[in-house]
Amino acid sequence: MFHWLEKNPFFFSVGVFVVIAFAGLIEILPNFAEASRPVLGLKPYTVLELAGKEVYKKDHCIACHSQLIRPFKSETDRYGMYSLSGEYAYDRPFLWGSKRTGPDLHRVGNYRTTDWHENHMWDPTSVVPQSIMPAYKHHFTNIADIDTAYAEAFTVKTVFSTPYDVEGGVKLGTLDEAKAAALTEAKVIAADMKNQNVKDAVTRGEIPEIVALIAYMHRLK
Amino acid sequence: MQSNAALEYDYSVVKLFTYTTILFGFLGMLIGTLIASQLAFPELNYLLGEYGTFSRLRPVHTNIVIYGFTLSGIWATFYYVGQRTLKVSIAESKFLTIMSKVHFWLYFVGALIGVVSLLLGFSASKEYAEFEWPIDVVVVLIWVIWGVTMFGLIGIRREKTLYISLWYYIACFLGIAMLYLFNNMEVPTYLVAGVGSVWHSVSMYSGTNDALVQWWFGHNAVAFAFTVPIIAIIYYFLPKESGQAVYSYKLSLLSFWGLMFVYLWAGSHHLLYATVPDWMQTMGSIFSIVLILPSWGSAINMLLTMKGEWNQLTDNPLIKFMVLASTFYMLSTLEGPIQAIKSVNAIAHFTDWIPGHVHDGVLGWVAFTIMSALFHMAPRAFKREIYSKSLMETQFWLQTTAVVLYFTSMWIAGITQGMMWRAVDEYGNLMYSFIDTVAVLRPYYTIRALAGLMYLTGFIIFTYNMYMTITASKKLEEEPQFRSPMA
Repeated sequence: MFHWLEKNPFFFSVGVFVVIAFAGLIEILPNFAEASRPVLGLKPYTVLELAGKEVYKKDHCIACHSQLIRPFKSETDRYGMYSLSGEYAYDRPFLWGSKRTGPDLHRVGNYRTTDWHENHMWDPTSVVPQSIMPAYKHHFTNIADIDTAYAEAFTVKTVFSTPYDVEGGVKLGTLDEAKAAALTEAKVIAADMKNQNVKDAVTRGEIPEIVALIAYMHRLK
Repeated sequence: MQSNAALEYDYSVVKLFTYTTILFGFLGMLIGTLIASQLAFPELNYLLGEYGTFSRLRPVHTNIVIYGFTLSGIWATFYYVGQRTLKVSIAESKFLTIMSKVHFWLYFVGALIGVVSLLLGFSASKEYAEFEWPIDVVVVLIWVIWGVTMFGLIGIRREKTLYISLWYYIACFLGIAMLYLFNNMEVPTYLVAGVGSVWHSVSMYSGTNDALVQWWFGHNAVAFAFTVPIIAIIYYFLPKESGQAVYSYKLSLLSFWGLMFVYLWAGSHHLLYATVPDWMQTMGSIFSIVLILPSWGSAINMLLTMKGEWNQLTDNPLIKFMVLASTFYMLSTLEGPIQAIKSVNAIAHFTDWIPGHVHDGVLGWVAFTIMSALFHMAPRAFKREIYSKSLMETQFWLQTTAVVLYFTSMWIAGITQGMMWRAVDEYGNLMYSFIDTVAVLRPYYTIRALAGLMYLTGFIIFTYNMYMTITASKKLEEEPQFRSPMA
């Protein structure tokens, strides 16, 4: 049979494809629907949080930080409750990471403040003297892309029926409404910050990346 | 030999892909050395402003090495091996000649745009699938064109039986096509919402499902880019360079079909103790162990090909590269399954042992194989002898030492950190804060950066040797049959 296959490239290719394809089917499909279900009470990201998640993706924070707490005592002691599948239901993409050059961040919102993040992102060694993390000063000047964050929320609402605009949930509304809501949220965070440029920007109606990123960090809990 | 033994093959595309292999190899290793140094000396993060941080450069490094260096190497060798084992010149078909040129130029331009897009921060943030959707579309197009030239060449072949290398090239084509398509299924947000960035997209899958698809892709992209086509390369070039027949046809059959069947199952070993079902984790773990069989099958087949001719190891540095590559392949494919055992993974996951493992594979196995293939092809494609044997020897020892330094330092770093994360005192409290486990790694990060620098230096020697071979070396009257001539 193999000799025959080696003379018949078409059937050879079909054979290879069948052999490599069905492992994926068996491992991914059976659990698909169940794994998409959110835990009770999970809310989708606000537009500002999504803009922060975009900063997280853009600067590849997953290169060094995980968002997955494994069910070991040493991990739950350090980071909090182990992660549940349903907590990630609105994460597109998932951001578990694969390397902890820095600590896990899945519940960082439980134990770090705006003030801590502001100092840390400006100069990590000011709060963690031995840190090898680079400073991200450009987050204080770059303006977050709220339009794209809105587009993302609108897309997941439309295409994947992510529950925005439901009673007691996160309101999305129109682009203008969403921008106004993001700015209101940003003002709360900026009020706790000391960087004057950031404060001025928010007063002008612009949201620096750092504010969005901190909103996203606070959401992780 | 048939009457077409003297067939003139067309190496123009082989040459083009040879140049990009060297270019992207240099860039990828340069950035790799830089980011390795950043972990040891954080001040190096500020050389290029916001574009120079470790986090921004890390995907640039991985993508250049995977989709730049390795793919170029795969295609340089494919256009060489494909023509020769099918006994047909690509120049015999005008259409295929044009398609192969289109293949190269679209790839080259696409790769450059891809690199720039990552530097600018357009990223889907899924490892090794960072390219945003416009680049993905170009990648798919390039892949289809490669399919056209490959199956086109097969369509007009004179030799009816496909040689082992071609099995692997076909598998590479099919595997990556399937994986890349499914993992990069995403919805461009601009097309739905009409506002925001045109580049942005959201993944079709969410959370745990996205993780499963990603690591089904991530693990097997390694399989079908770093293993399958590299086996294709060594199955052609080791027998050719040594003048020995492949040791066992049956063993190559067993390891090919075994590898095809087993590899895909092992992806979930990246998700041990994560939120995917237990049975899936166990499956990934078990199949990873089984994977030793087909992997070692190929490697042993290569090593036994040298049976009775081991003296070549002492006097031909090219054989040295290839034999050591096969040996590193064995090391790497034993180490991987060990890391996939659940209790080992509990310590190893998230630590530096993982990049350590990746690098004994890519530096020792992938890059050694590709570089030796480039060396072997040069006298045939450029009709000149290899410029310097002694430079080759120097490169070999420098890079071998570098690989050993790299993985030993990362073994120690990884296991140290993994053990420190879980260490508790007599009352059951955690003994170390996270930063303690970072500070302790600085010496190992320094050694690793040094290893990177040594490997990069070796690659620069390689580049110089290739450059001199192509431009200044002694011209050859006729094509060498087996052993590559070198000065």
